[in-house]
Amino acid sequence: MTEKIATRKAYGEVLLELGEKHEDIVVLDADLSKSTKTADFAKTYPGRFFNMGVSEADMMGTAAGLAASGKTAFASTFAVFAAGRAYDQIRNSICYPRQNVKIAATHSGITVGEDGASHQMLEDIALMRALPNMTVICPSDAISTKKLIKLAAKEHGPYYIRLGRPGVPVIYDDNDDIQIGKAKLLKEGNDITIIACGHQVAPALEASEKLSGEGVSCDVIDLHTIKPVDEKLILESAKKTGAVVTCEEHSIIGGLGGAVAECLSENHPVPIKKVGVNDTFGESGTGEELLKKYGLTSQDIEKKVKEAIGLKAD
Amino acid sequence: MEGIEEKVPMLKEKALEIRKEILKMLNKAGSGHTGGSLSLAELMAVLYFKYLRVNPSNPENPDRDRLVLSKGHAAPAIYAALGLKGFFDKKELDTLRKIDSILQGHPDMTKTPGVEMTTGSLGQGLSAANGMAISAKLDDRDLKVVAILGDGEVQEGQIWEAAMTASHYKLDNLVGIVDYNGLQIDGKVEDVKDPAPLAEKWRAFGWHAMEIDGHDVSEIDSALNMADREEKRPTMIVARTVKGKGVSFMENNADWHGKGPSDEELEKALKEIDAAFDVLKEGR
Repeated sequence: MTEKIATRKAYGEVLLELGEKHEDIVVLDADLSKSTKTADFAKTYPGRFFNMGVSEADMMGTAAGLAASGKTAFASTFAVFAAGRAYDQIRNSICYPRQNVKIAATHSGITVGEDGASHQMLEDIALMRALPNMTVICPSDAISTKKLIKLAAKEHGPYYIRLGRPGVPVIYDDNDDIQIGKAKLLKEGNDITIIACGHQVAPALEASEKLSGEGVSCDVIDLHTIKPVDEKLILESAKKTGAVVTCEEHSIIGGLGGAVAECLSENHPVPIKKVGVNDTFGESGTGEELLKKYGLTSQDIEKKVKEAIGLKAD
Repeated sequence: MEGIEEKVPMLKEKALEIRKEILKMLNKAGSGHTGGSLSLAELMAVLYFKYLRVNPSNPENPDRDRLVLSKGHAAPAIYAALGLKGFFDKKELDTLRKIDSILQGHPDMTKTPGVEMTTGSLGQGLSAANGMAISAKLDDRDLKVVAILGDGEVQEGQIWEAAMTASHYKLDNLVGIVDYNGLQIDGKVEDVKDPAPLAEKWRAFGWHAMEIDGHDVSEIDSALNMADREEKRPTMIVARTVKGKGVSFMENNADWHGKGPSDEELEKALKEIDAAFDVLKEGR
């Protein structure tokens, strides 16, 4: 886990691959193509790239119209402008009529950093997974990003693809089989289940290494697809370990932790502890500083694991 | 091009038929948007019975023209036109707004044959129409996309984002129509938030814009023909209309924005429209 690549960079690269193979793919951006990494697609396939300017609502609607005419439309902007500003357009123009639009939402979470709270999208998973017809994916590294986006491009219908700004460790290799809707068991243990997505998968693995040195063995699951959630694997693991810790670079309200809690409370209640940003806005700072201040480090995960184990019934 | 003169009586009749269907379905539904549906009758008649190249027996033809009813609350107007055109059994009109119906309170493209875009949250239809027009250009398809907007609806910011998009991408295969009936839920559009001067606003956004009488089928037809000849820019037709048009006690009355007629009101309204039919026939 030495090489670090941003998931948004992987998005830009996989778009080029897809663009070459599929003439029906069109890409839209809202004046952020350098940051969302769609600029290379724009350069290579200028006829199929549409810079909509600073108008996210219009971008989502235009993407819907392109999709209604048979295109596979990738609409790209920062997560806060996608899920936040254009929520109604995503709801009524994309999800309700089940349009074939893939929303690539980069710069999600608190690691946007210095731009501060206005740009740190911490509630998009909650908003997007509440929408009928929407599939929500949050890849943890560059390889899974590419694999999941290729799969999303093949499937008809709306997808929300949550991507990040900073480089993150590469977890998978090219031979790993990754499927939408099927969570990935990265490490096996008996004492606790750690379920993470996106940028939090790497620190979850790190925490599990540390904990195994202390005699605590963990199942570590990459829940890259938050909707539909892989109930089977979550339940299997929770039944085995008897306690769960969830980790996400998102509010603890309504995101991955919420999805896991819903699944468990309905089927097999076990103690759950959530690592995520508490019910608060962020602030300016480096990504690293913010992760520390808001309780998202591997040490925070270790702490929650111990708390969760303490809640297990004897 | 086919002359309009010989088609005028037929189109006028179609508009009256559309009005009757609107009133009947809204009476059965017991709720819905009467005023802003009636104001579209002539526009719908010309669009569906002269202008648009759509075929109910081949509704998915990729080369078909598209109509996006951005002011989705006027769903009864498009349902009436589609029903009369044969996109579905006219009996379906009786099920408007009822459970399990193909005719939802606002247009749902996944449920109603002939409906091209799901609408209802105001301000979104023009963006979708742009996407369709862009797609047609990408695929080299010679087709038209028409978007119908409300005059209250143009208060939405997304409309003006979409206005910029259409002119930026030179969408000369796109025609917008504003149903300028002057009333919105809370009263006169000019009192709530005045969009005037409307045609000038569209021109300032790079569109070819014209103002017409939205109840004159010949004017509607010639405006659409002018839009067809336009190159390198989209066309906006600002259509002056009367909310509740064709029924004396509904005309220019904001109270009829969002309710259907009672049995008694329906009877009264249909009598007026039948009288208009008689006038048309006498004129022949």
